[in-house]
Amino acid sequence: MNPKLSGQAIATLNTEPIVDPNVSRSLWMDALRHILRDRLTMLAIILLTLLTLICVLGPPYVERQLGVDVNRIRVVDRFKQPGTEGHLLGTDEYGRDQLIRLMYGGRISLAIAFTASFMIIAIGVVLGLVAGYYGGFTDDVIMWLINTLSSMPPLFILLLVSALWSPEPATLVIILALIGWFGTCRLVRGEVLSIKESDYVLAARALGASDTRLLFVHILPNIFSIIIVTGTIIAGNLILLESGLSYLGLGVQPPTPTWGNMLTDAQYFLVTGVHLIVYPGVLIMVTVLSFYLVGDGLRDALDPRRKL
Amino acid sequence: MSQYIIRRILQGIPTFFGITLIAFILMSVAPGDPISVITFNPSSGDTQSAERMRRQLGLNEPPLMQYVYWLIGNDWTQYDSNGDGIKDSPGIRRGFLRGDLGTSIKHRRPVADLLKQRIPATLQLTFTALILGYGMGILLGILAAVSHRSWIDQFVRIISVVGNAVPEFWLGLLLIIFFSIRLDVLPMSGMRSISNRGEFDLWDTASHMILPVTVLSLNTIAFVSRFTRAELLEVLEQDFIRTARAKGLKDQVVWWKHALRNALLPVATFLGPGIGTLLAGAVIVERVFAWPGLGSLIVDGVFQRDYPLVMGSVVIVSVMFILGVLLSDILYAVLDPRIRLK
Repeated sequence: MNPKLSGQAIATLNTEPIVDPNVSRSLWMDALRHILRDRLTMLAIILLTLLTLICVLGPPYVERQLGVDVNRIRVVDRFKQPGTEGHLLGTDEYGRDQLIRLMYGGRISLAIAFTASFMIIAIGVVLGLVAGYYGGFTDDVIMWLINTLSSMPPLFILLLVSALWSPEPATLVIILALIGWFGTCRLVRGEVLSIKESDYVLAARALGASDTRLLFVHILPNIFSIIIVTGTIIAGNLILLESGLSYLGLGVQPPTPTWGNMLTDAQYFLVTGVHLIVYPGVLIMVTVLSFYLVGDGLRDALDPRRKL
Repeated sequence: MSQYIIRRILQGIPTFFGITLIAFILMSVAPGDPISVITFNPSSGDTQSAERMRRQLGLNEPPLMQYVYWLIGNDWTQYDSNGDGIKDSPGIRRGFLRGDLGTSIKHRRPVADLLKQRIPATLQLTFTALILGYGMGILLGILAAVSHRSWIDQFVRIISVVGNAVPEFWLGLLLIIFFSIRLDVLPMSGMRSISNRGEFDLWDTASHMILPVTVLSLNTIAFVSRFTRAELLEVLEQDFIRTARAKGLKDQVVWWKHALRNALLPVATFLGPGIGTLLAGAVIVERVFAWPGLGSLIVDGVFQRDYPLVMGSVVIVSVMFILGVLLSDILYAVLDPRIRLK
């Protein structure tokens, strides 16, 4: 065969105009196009990115510009209303600036949500793959563990655990991950069970593919979209769970601010401190809502049945 | 049918033991030891009585025996009361399975008594929220599905998405600020007015329940309405609906007899897990509204490191949760013959 000719043939193949644009686009490119057109999801993504950037990069700038400090207590400045000189969002019962506290609180809350949901996904996916793929005794043990742990509402396990150890943010992440993985695990296991029996996996197995190859090359990519969607929604749930726990006074301990524990103190100042209640709650709600909307949007965008 | 129920109950047993085991392991790896919490009294460092108490409660035994004692008590066996190696006195604990949840460190009363006192208030709150949540949720879900893609549908969608994302404690505080402080029409906390000395007064009870129940049921409304809508829309696509329409049945009959019955079945399965969510929500809502229920008891227990109290309540809540799931599964099997024949 003439090598020159075959090279030419490939070149012509590549430059051939694509007849049906839907066929050659990959799932991911297609999903991206879909999301870019989905205004609500885009809004949520932009909001989340902005919030994260402001909380991570904002504090030093705000501290310099407004001359505030996150832990500085000034009794003369108590309960300043929003819009006061130097305190854009007012001050709390110790005269601490609320804007800067919200930013530092956001850092902690978002960091906990991101890292814990990442860990949940990691644990859930690994155990789900193992349980679904290998089955047998391992599967039984994992399923028993899931059934048992999911019979205790997560908040109660958290209560029990924080009665025993007062958690630092880092410990809290680990605890949240340890009690949060069953949903993901069950989901992944179910998917693996059905994909495992599909023709292309059987074909790959018949060709002599190893377990590892089957798991990571053939099965995992097919559940990837589900994993991303779940991870996003879990992050939203974690923000709610962490803020609830911190509100009860059992999560991250003051003076480290989080959106949840800022409301613990504020609830005693329902008349003078309305602004102390409104802002942290709005931030929690907007963040959680954005995570849910992004999750929903991703689910729509990544659903292969959508095109049918 | 009875076979299904029995099988389902048997499945719950390993779960129950799993929960007690996990709770027990958490308790035993916890820093500090219950005795040092009970006898903590710097002026009289009575090590002898502490040692006696430790033996009395069986805390000097290996962990496995401690678990057995915790579960079924130690009054059926003898323990060594004076440390001479001879087992001479009968044990005093009756064990979890026989209703002895230990003694609260703070309240110095049996945990079971404390729970008996507090659980009715929590159930009053959660059941009202459950009924309201399911009622409103199903109603909104039907409305949304009937008027698919209209503004009502959009409105219900917004309620359900936002309702899931609102932190309960924050909504509670906002409602208190608005209805109790600004408008001064509803009480801000507690179960009854101070002037009320225990006699039943419908308005007094209801007015104290309006805000907490609203907050607590919001999550359920959000979830149930969304679920009902999705199920209904899916059922309406099915062939048997088309058949029913094709043979000339009235719209009403198709909706109520064919569509709704089938759509609400899966919704019923979430009654059980819904109870778990509500019980967890109740912990926070009770805190916001100073509702004297189980939740406040547990949270106070956590602050005071009252291990027996916290552990007893967590296990009891989990048992309530398992029973809820069990009941909703049985209900599902009663409603849907396909399940029990599987």
